Amino acid sequence: MQRIAALTGNEAAAEAMRQIEPDVVAAYPITPQTELMQKFAQFVADGIVKTEVVLVESEHSAMSACVGACAAGARVMTATSSQGLALMWEIVYIAASTRLPIVMTVVNRALSAPINIHCDHSDSMGCRDSGWIQLYSENPQEVYDNVVQAVRIAEHPDVLLPVMPTLDGFIISHTLERVETLADDAVKKFIGEWRPAYPLLDVDHPITFGALDLQDYYFEHKKQQAEAMTRAKEVILAIGKEYGKLTGRGYGFFDEYRTDDAEYIILCLGSAAGTVKSVVDELRNRGRKVGVLKLRVFRPFPDGELARAIGHARAIAVLDRAEGFNAVGGPLAPEVKSALYKKSDADVCNYVYGLGGRDLSPVMIRSVFDDLAEGRADARQAIHLGVRE
Amino acid sequence: MAINLKELSKKPIPISPGHRACAGCGSIITIKLVLMAAEDPIVCACATGCMEVVTTIYPYTAWRVPFMHNAFENAAATMSGIESAYRSLKKQGRIGKNIKFIAFGGDGGTYDIGLQSLSGAMERGHDMLYVCYDNEAYMNTGIQRSGSTPMCAATSTSPVGKAAQGKKQYPKDLTRIMAAHRIPYIAQASPHRWLDLMTKVQKALRIEGPKFINALSSCHRGWRVPMSNSLEVCRMAVETCYWPLFEIENGVWKLNYRPKTKVPIIEWFKTQKRFQHLLKPENAPAVAEIQADVDRRWSELLQLCGEKIAP
Ligand SMILES: Cc1ncc(C[n+]2csc(CCOP(=O)(O)OP(=O)(O)O)c2C)c(N)n1
Ligand code: SF4
Repeated sequence: MQRIAALTGNEAAAEAMRQIEPDVVAAYPITPQTELMQKFAQFVADGIVKTEVVLVESEHSAMSACVGACAAGARVMTATSSQGLALMWEIVYIAASTRLPIVMTVVNRALSAPINIHCDHSDSMGCRDSGWIQLYSENPQEVYDNVVQAVRIAEHPDVLLPVMPTLDGFIISHTLERVETLADDAVKKFIGEWRPAYPLLDVDHPITFGALDLQDYYFEHKKQQAEAMTRAKEVILAIGKEYGKLTGRGYGFFDEYRTDDAEYIILCLGSAAGTVKSVVDELRNRGRKVGVLKLRVFRPFPDGELARAIGHARAIAVLDRAEGFNAVGGPLAPEVKSALYKKSDADVCNYVYGLGGRDLSPVMIRSVFDDLAEGRADARQAIHLGVRE
Repeated sequence: MAINLKELSKKPIPISPGHRACAGCGSIITIKLVLMAAEDPIVCACATGCMEVVTTIYPYTAWRVPFMHNAFENAAATMSGIESAYRSLKKQGRIGKNIKFIAFGGDGGTYDIGLQSLSGAMERGHDMLYVCYDNEAYMNTGIQRSGSTPMCAATSTSPVGKAAQGKKQYPKDLTRIMAAHRIPYIAQASPHRWLDLMTKVQKALRIEGPKFINALSSCHRGWRVPMSNSLEVCRMAVETCYWPLFEIENGVWKLNYRPKTKVPIIEWFKTQKRFQHLLKPENAPAVAEIQADVDRRWSELLQLCGEKIAP
């Protein structure tokens, strides 16, 4: 039985957290994540959840406390945005490398400077190589679904990696939409209990966490960590399928919309997909063979699957909501290009859009499809979409 | 239960032999004494620094109790998480045992980079004991000055040269900073008075809530003393009243040791090569200034402890 509610993205994440009822949540407020934690704090204050909430003095300590609590044997969650994630950076790596299945919702917001509270992906992209699994969401429904699945993925014995479900700040976090939620016990049953193999609090079997690893072991441990990320692919798919059986909303690495016979494809993450889909519909009505691929799983990167899904296109535009400062473009495009390397003849070009909350309009998307169709997609450098020259 | 040597000698030492601390390291002695004093099962955390590095070189560990190292500045925050997990699991009936929590940090990881995390954890009231093993510099990275390094001490980043006579500032008074947190128990200790240190640890662990002990812990590499003298230099720090032993229990200050005669600070300087330059006649004014500072702080402390200020 699913319930239907009107929830913002933040509320959807908080609702999922209420149902998951983690043992420990350590968090620090930052816009636009603030509301999410406030909602959760209310659940705690109302005695609806048993979670121990640790209201730390900084995000650095929030992630540090999550690492401690998770090693101790607790199921642990947190959430942050932008500068908060940046301040956590050091410990974000430690969480992944210690193989702690923490779930952290990131409400995407642009990084300073200049200070800006609105959405882009510079924060989560900044830790794309930190060893966290990253799931991007298109709307509040997907936020809810991704947070619930994140717990299962993270704790899977073949994975044991932290997971970062993300949602676009304000665009999703503060937008009220129809969300179908599971019954509380259905969520509990789906995620099961978390019983770690080596909890720190097992005083009868003392173990050491966070040892110093020199030349003789560090490399092997890094390889194991990399292998866990590879194994995560299968786990993500299996859990996405199982979740689909339960809810009717199955999940894979990405969502293909009218791409089967598409000659021109836009690939993007997060809320942009909704806007692109509507433009695709409009252009399809006018007989143009266009489609959109919305990437849900950015880490691990589904390279082979992507190549199979869109390799047939004539040209592909990758939309990046973060600048890469590599004098080429955003962080997503090079990954797509290398996925297609030797597997496709498609031209791949890159558009950077929406930084600091700038709108992505249907006009802009039409112009991207026009660029693709008219052979203007061979630019090596990214085109900054909708920016004043 | 009073601490008695005979009983102690029967207890397994929670830090196993074979750790890689320098022979005669004051810090490892402090840590062993702290752990030996605990009556309940304990879970430990340690900040990055000498003590973490020498005890946990994979695939070995010297810790016979559950141990976690996270990073340099976050031992207190990490312990906040561990202790919160414990409370959560206990509440749910998933853990039955009573467990006590001890976090360790060097002076670098406590006075400096970890101060925010420590302050936050204490303010939130986590049930843990934080022990700073204060060896007065960043030893693990090669003896750089810290917020605890004494005035004029030579370190690798506050060297003695034509234009400088070691560190240019007085150290911050971390114990008093902790006192400002109004936590139930705070103490200053030294491993050479092992019974005092262990009694303080026992007392602290019996109190619920955040506790802090600052333990002077010599590093013969950094202080440049013979390794057989690690505890002797700690003793001199106490005899000169540079490092007084006291405790603050629920806001009440108590002096734990009063030297029969207050030894001049120069005698402490003489025991260590890091102060060698201070023995030159031209540095006599600096020594006098430091002595005046020690005297002023000592009488302040006597006053806080309600002790008679002797002439
Ligand atoms: C964020 C960060 N900055 C710097 C370091 C390098 N570092 C490791 S240990 C250390 C000094 C530790 O000094 P202290 O806390 O006094 O402990 P000790 O080594 O003296 O035992 C430093 C600077 C680090 N590990 N992390
Ligand atoms: S360098 Fe100093 S603190 Fe480090 S192990 Fe040796 S004596 Fe101890």
